[in-house]
Amino acid sequence: MYTTHLGHSCRFLRASCLNPISRRSATSAAEAPPAGGHLPSVATSNLLQVMRDAALRTPGITWADEDPSSPARNIVGGRETRKMNTYQAVRDAMSIALLKDDNAVVFGEDVAFGGVFRCTMGLAEEFGKERVFNTPLTEQGIVGFGIGMAMLGHTAIAEIQFADYIFPAFDQIVNEAAKIRYRSGGQYNVGGLTIRTPTMSVGHGGLYHSQSPEAFFMGASGLKIVIPRSPLQAKGLLLASIRDPNPVIFMEPKILYRSAVEQVPIDDFELPLGKAQVLQSGSDLTVLTWGTPVYHSESAIHMLSSPPPGLEQHIPNSLRGAKIELIDLRSILPWDVETVTESVNRTGRLVIVHEAGMTAGAGAEIAAEVQRRCFLKLNAPVKRVTAWDIPAALHYEKFLVPDSIRVVDAMIETLSY
Amino acid sequence: MASLARLRLPHARLPLGVRAIQTTADTTQLHTPPSDHSQPFTVKLHEDSFRSHQCEKPELEVEVSKDQLLTMYRQMQTMRRMEMAADSLYKAKMIRGFCHLAIGQEAVSVGLEHGIERNDRVITAYRCHPFAVMRGGTIPGVLGELLGRQNGMSKGKGGSMHIFTPTFFGGNGIVGAQVPLGAGIAFAQKYSGEKSATFALYGDGASNQGQVFEAFNMAKLWDLPCVFICENNKYGMGTSAERSSSNTEYFTRGDKIPGIQVNGMDIIAVLQSVRYARKWAVEDQKGPLIMEFVTYRYGGHSMSDPGTTYRTREEVQRMRSTQDPIRGLQRYIEDWGLATEQELKQHDKEAKAEVDAAVEEAKASPFPTDEHLWTNIYQKGTEPPFMRGREREELHYY
Repeated sequence: MYTTHLGHSCRFLRASCLNPISRRSATSAAEAPPAGGHLPSVATSNLLQVMRDAALRTPGITWADEDPSSPARNIVGGRETRKMNTYQAVRDAMSIALLKDDNAVVFGEDVAFGGVFRCTMGLAEEFGKERVFNTPLTEQGIVGFGIGMAMLGHTAIAEIQFADYIFPAFDQIVNEAAKIRYRSGGQYNVGGLTIRTPTMSVGHGGLYHSQSPEAFFMGASGLKIVIPRSPLQAKGLLLASIRDPNPVIFMEPKILYRSAVEQVPIDDFELPLGKAQVLQSGSDLTVLTWGTPVYHSESAIHMLSSPPPGLEQHIPNSLRGAKIELIDLRSILPWDVETVTESVNRTGRLVIVHEAGMTAGAGAEIAAEVQRRCFLKLNAPVKRVTAWDIPAALHYEKFLVPDSIRVVDAMIETLSY
Repeated sequence: MASLARLRLPHARLPLGVRAIQTTADTTQLHTPPSDHSQPFTVKLHEDSFRSHQCEKPELEVEVSKDQLLTMYRQMQTMRRMEMAADSLYKAKMIRGFCHLAIGQEAVSVGLEHGIERNDRVITAYRCHPFAVMRGGTIPGVLGELLGRQNGMSKGKGGSMHIFTPTFFGGNGIVGAQVPLGAGIAFAQKYSGEKSATFALYGDGASNQGQVFEAFNMAKLWDLPCVFICENNKYGMGTSAERSSSNTEYFTRGDKIPGIQVNGMDIIAVLQSVRYARKWAVEDQKGPLIMEFVTYRYGGHSMSDPGTTYRTREEVQRMRSTQDPIRGLQRYIEDWGLATEQELKQHDKEAKAEVDAAVEEAKASPFPTDEHLWTNIYQKGTEPPFMRGREREELHYY
């Protein structure tokens, strides 16, 4: 369908489009693009639920006070929502977990004071210092300690202050938490363990505060890895993670803590783990992503259909009508193979966007499985838009993260392959 | 480096005036000769059975009973037989993979069990077979697990190092990793208001792992009922304590956590010290305690280690012949008139018969079926849609 547009390669786009932008920003402050490039702010995203009714009808939502086996109701009366940002939604989820489960405790570095991102603000005052407490700076110890608690059936909600600090606990997570059920023949499990940790870039995090280490854990069968994209998603997925009978690493994109604001139901609800969500249906190309780049991808799709003045000349007219399917993977392990392959079998094209580096990132695993399952349906190679294979250096962070320009570039290349 | 290490070798000598722990197995004296063998009686340990750090030593006078001593004897003998059976099965190539035997260290596992209560929790490293049995497991269950059979305590999915009971949190194969788990278990006990403690064991080799110190700190900070037990068998794999540890007084390495060092070859000393530790952690609620059992393993670190490249055959022979915990207890029993040599021989025979039967039972148990390749990875019903199998095209759908 798009084979006539081979000339619009990514090289062409990069060379001719990025330079004018930087030149313009250098010469005219009035026309400068927003910091971080052509990214409409998260606050104006259409993916965020700003209406009570839509929030209450979020696909896949299950209410704790409703019997899941009863017929689905379309009535949302009697339920309220409140405007929350992501850290407030995360706090709300933990507050519900602590309220409903006497054996639940929250611990980590500085969580009793609210945590560096305020996710545990006021929880110690509300539930007591026995249940919400600070640990020493001891990541391996925190996770090992949580595993021991969870082995006695308790609910351990541990925080690793930044995902970049999770590596000292790598052994405990991979060798103890992930394997305990298998190696004890089912006698023990640490399903009560949830490790929350802020992930992805924040624009100025630098080497040790901007990494996305989700793929390092992908080989650890027995674990689940979840990354939400918004406040409502964070609350539902975190409650599901805390109650899931398997250990879960819950990675919260730190730039969304304050910037993403949504109407979030105040009741106790869950969203399903292991299920991707189709955010926008399409038939010509699938964009698969999770966390922060969901919003970069959304704006890239918008750029493709209605390019801003500076980009207009680089977006072929014939591609502007392309129908793009946007999928938020949400669970990285186990990932929703069915939803992804069903989509790619329909569209024939896949672009994967993630903030971790390309080599052995989660996209590598997904691309390999998709090419195996969708080989004859693919019209173009699976394209990955990722960070470069370099450390997340402070000054280069905006070049590192896959922004909308790079995503739209990848879409054009894939559509015109 | 080698020369440096050698320079230090003429043992990290104790400061003048400090007496070394003695590790003979047969120096406990009868204190008050029992008039009636059905009644408990008192014995007195050698005065150098304990050393302490920032706390009082346990009393040297210990109350024991004939039944208890005979049970301990029988259990130690059975544990040794079980480990010897594992040794033969390994050498017959029926046990594959890894296998770490505790022959020589029986006084620790058996003595510990006699000093704690049923609802206490125990977690240890890979030298775990006797603990698993003492904590409610079975000998066929342990041997079956080593053989990878269905009757194994982890259904044949774990193997050596991966054996659990409801109060025994396993063998753990990662050196030192079980120690913070022990702190977490103790926290859950304290949180639930249980009157019990966790006994977290590790070796002299693991005592240099960073996470052991992380666990010490948390346990002391939060006053957890956790007793950290260093089983010092003098060699971490093939490296002696003196070559690996700047401070070989393992009971002093807990910073503000008090510690006691115990003759780990005399089971009565082990029993007394464990009673002391349990009282410390549970009844007196004094927080964590570090214990060091000075013991010895007769075999190599694992089956692939002959155990004679880093220590002399004479050293092993000397320990076997002069400080064996089973022979020591045997001597007490005979000297104190609790049983005759003939009666003990009968116990030995029964232990051997029990283990032989267990070997046959384990050997007769089938291997796990293919379907169990896929179970116990995730909680049933929450698995991913499929898992990859042994061949390219083999996918298992849940």
